[in-house]
Amino acid sequence: MTTWMIALAGGVLIGLSATLLLWLNGRVAGVSGILNGVLFPNAGDLSWRAMFLLGLIVAAGLYTALVPGAPLPRTDYSRVALVVAGLLVGFGTRMGNGCTSGHGVCGLGRFSMRSLAAVLTFMATAIATTFVVRHLWS
Amino acid sequence: MKKFSLAALFSGALFGLGLAMSGMTDPRRVLGFLDVFGDFDPTLLFVLGGAVATTTLLFRFVLRRGSPVLADTFQLSNLKHVDRKLLGGAALFGIGWGIAGYCPGPALAGLGIGSIEALWFIPAMLAGILLHRVVNRA
Repeated sequence: MTTWMIALAGGVLIGLSATLLLWLNGRVAGVSGILNGVLFPNAGDLSWRAMFLLGLIVAAGLYTALVPGAPLPRTDYSRVALVVAGLLVGFGTRMGNGCTSGHGVCGLGRFSMRSLAAVLTFMATAIATTFVVRHLWS
Repeated sequence: MKKFSLAALFSGALFGLGLAMSGMTDPRRVLGFLDVFGDFDPTLLFVLGGAVATTTLLFRFVLRRGSPVLADTFQLSNLKHVDRKLLGGAALFGIGWGIAGYCPGPALAGLGIGSIEALWFIPAMLAGILLHRVVNRA
């Protein structure tokens, strides 16, 4: 399989994951929202969230460990950049109520105008930031 | 384990598998995708395209049901207005995404694939979530 076919298949799996969670549990597979509910749990609403994240972490790890050619982690990025980026991602996803999965994969799938606006906005600022970091900064 | 949590575990595993398979867990590839004006790597278009095509196609059938299989109601956002909070949050998230190449799902998957960078990014992301909560309470 070529790279783009594997990428497409991976994307379809992510879409199926979101469909399954909505169909069975009635919940949105938005990773930032699920994580937020683990940090600040409501009664009876913690277990499924923890299980979703556990499945995500373990499955990604198993694939990377077992499948030849799976991308290995990057190791050499600026620690300061990682911390600044992490703060912005954490704060921004809560302020904007979602990330790539919640707004992107799930919100667009149900034709939410809020999600479309969010996706266009974070794509635009991400592309602009990458441009600045890669071509103006360094 | 309750069916509800088991379903979430399975859904999370599919999600993590999709992330690892598609290359989303590799921030170099993500930044290549965001580097539209430089060395653009279109692979992730297939990931996002595959995921959104799947949810667009299947969510309508799921939401046609009165309720999910294992719960009483679908828990979806009722918000309709595109406001400054949504766009501001999405903009901040995009900047963070563009700085390091991690959104929340792939960052957490980094714990499974043995990413050293995840150990810097994730605590900062959690601090960002916490900071948002503190600021909004003040």
